[in-house]
Amino acid sequence: MNTTTKKLLRQTNLIMGGIITLLVIIIAVFASFLAPYHPIDDADLMVSEEPPSATFWFGTDNQGRDVLSRVIYGSRISLAVGLICQAFNTLIGVVLGLSAGFFGKWWDDFVMGLTNVMLSIPSLIFALAVMALLGPGLLNVFVALGFTNWSYTCRITRSQALSARTLDYVQAARALGYGRTRIMFTQVLPNIVGPILVIATLGVAWAILLEASLSFLGLGVQPPTPSWGGMLSAAREQLFTAPWISIFPGIAIFVTVLGLNLLGDGLRDILDPHTTYQAR
Amino acid sequence: MFAYAVRRILQFIPTILAVAFIIFLLLNVLPGNAALMAAGEQDHNIDVHYIEQMKKDWGLDKPVWLRFLIYVKDLSTGNLGLSFLRREPVAQLILDRLWPTLKLALVAMVVAVSLGIPLGFYSALRQGRWLDTFSMMGAVSGVSMPQFWLGLLLMYFISVKLRLLPPQGYGDGSIKNIILPGFTLGVAYMALLARTTRAAVVEILTNDYIRTARAKGLSEFLVNRRHVWRNALILVLTTAGLQFGALMAQTVIVEKLFSWPGLGSLVVDSIFQRDIPVTQGCILAIITVFLLVNLIVDLLYGFIDPRIRASYK
Repeated sequence: MNTTTKKLLRQTNLIMGGIITLLVIIIAVFASFLAPYHPIDDADLMVSEEPPSATFWFGTDNQGRDVLSRVIYGSRISLAVGLICQAFNTLIGVVLGLSAGFFGKWWDDFVMGLTNVMLSIPSLIFALAVMALLGPGLLNVFVALGFTNWSYTCRITRSQALSARTLDYVQAARALGYGRTRIMFTQVLPNIVGPILVIATLGVAWAILLEASLSFLGLGVQPPTPSWGGMLSAAREQLFTAPWISIFPGIAIFVTVLGLNLLGDGLRDILDPHTTYQAR
Repeated sequence: MFAYAVRRILQFIPTILAVAFIIFLLLNVLPGNAALMAAGEQDHNIDVHYIEQMKKDWGLDKPVWLRFLIYVKDLSTGNLGLSFLRREPVAQLILDRLWPTLKLALVAMVVAVSLGIPLGFYSALRQGRWLDTFSMMGAVSGVSMPQFWLGLLLMYFISVKLRLLPPQGYGDGSIKNIILPGFTLGVAYMALLARTTRAAVVEILTNDYIRTARAKGLSEFLVNRRHVWRNALILVLTTAGLQFGALMAQTVIVEKLFSWPGLGSLVVDSIFQRDIPVTQGCILAIITVFLLVNLIVDLLYGFIDPRIRASYK
């Protein structure tokens, strides 16, 4: 395979991922215009468990609510959780990583120790422990996921900060009399935006998947709020009589996460071709 | 090799202690609540003296650091405390559930390794051809698919529609019952291994020693076996070990979905029942299994990679 087609193939990831992600964002923002029914209030037991039809494209659930409308509104929860949690994780990772790499000594040891311990606790298990402490609910999901997935960002930021200390432009900034904090944020940080962005994109996908998992277990978003994981959890009871309730929220999660993963892969090929870390 | 093994095993102990500490801290920062939970119903009109008595009985009146020391001391003798709800030793509850979970993880592992690694390997050898494109699209889909959804679909099509396999439950522990949950659990892991293997092999193929091996007249088969495979194995093993934690964590969801009587469903039930000793014990057990697997992977490195052995001479 020659390099041109290779490049094109990589761009496909980026373009496809970008389009899917953009679509999901548009759906979430304009949910109230796009959804034909209200996701909670338009419950009508007369039309419960109706299969997909012209009036209800995705069918209705056991309370007679339109599955399509609930899937559309569900995108809001997923995106909000994904973006906000990952923003927290990135912030924590960058601050810890930069400070560890730059200040060194006992602080570096402490941060690296903490990072290693966090890496040895699977994120879903950590999130479960936090949910066990705080109890179910959307707000607690933010806490459980927003403080769980910063270790990769922290590690990569730290190693970049460490190696940056010896680089010429950092030495130059130091010679100009810049303080350490100023150097960290104005010299080192802009040069590692690429890898951090890649991790963050994959992290959003990760958080969406994890929120859906927690909601599926009944620990996340509580009914009647429409969330994809929660819808699937409820749909389990009607798998035999109304399988369509299980199919559409799953497709929504799948497509959204796939889009973000493709986007992350595409971004990595452009911004950061050397690393091979995986988010998950 | 021996020095390496000893060193690696010694590193294991502080890690597990740190993990135990974090989990303990997390689940015990609200000291009063634990007694309320132990007292049974979360009733706010409950007698104050009764709570005080419960606190004493369960040792909750002591400061957190002292309780952690007692916890660690008990841990070293295999005592994980008593379940708030069932008043049975947590260690026994966990032991009863450990085997089904391990069995599930093992089946998933076999599915993932036997399909994912060859797929990734051959994709890399046929870069850009249809097999590569197809399997890599499949791999990124596998990573993106929520497991409980895949499980629901399999349950519907294979068990409800085709009536081939039982939809859920442990049954009498026969192979029929484990196929669906095992496969569901293995898919994401398989996809991940395929991606890692492909990336590793693609990179190795660009090395000079591959060109040298070909130039000296080695057949493609021998080049692949002696040079590509052995170097790729290290990278693949690293991912397999690191991601085993994710696999252990996912058992929680798959077990809940398929009503599988393992550690995962025990931990979720205990969270809903607010049975903290059980939650704590299960989480620790799951992480311990994961860390043990990583330890084994690290020890395997020593066998596979002579460079590592040499650096510890």
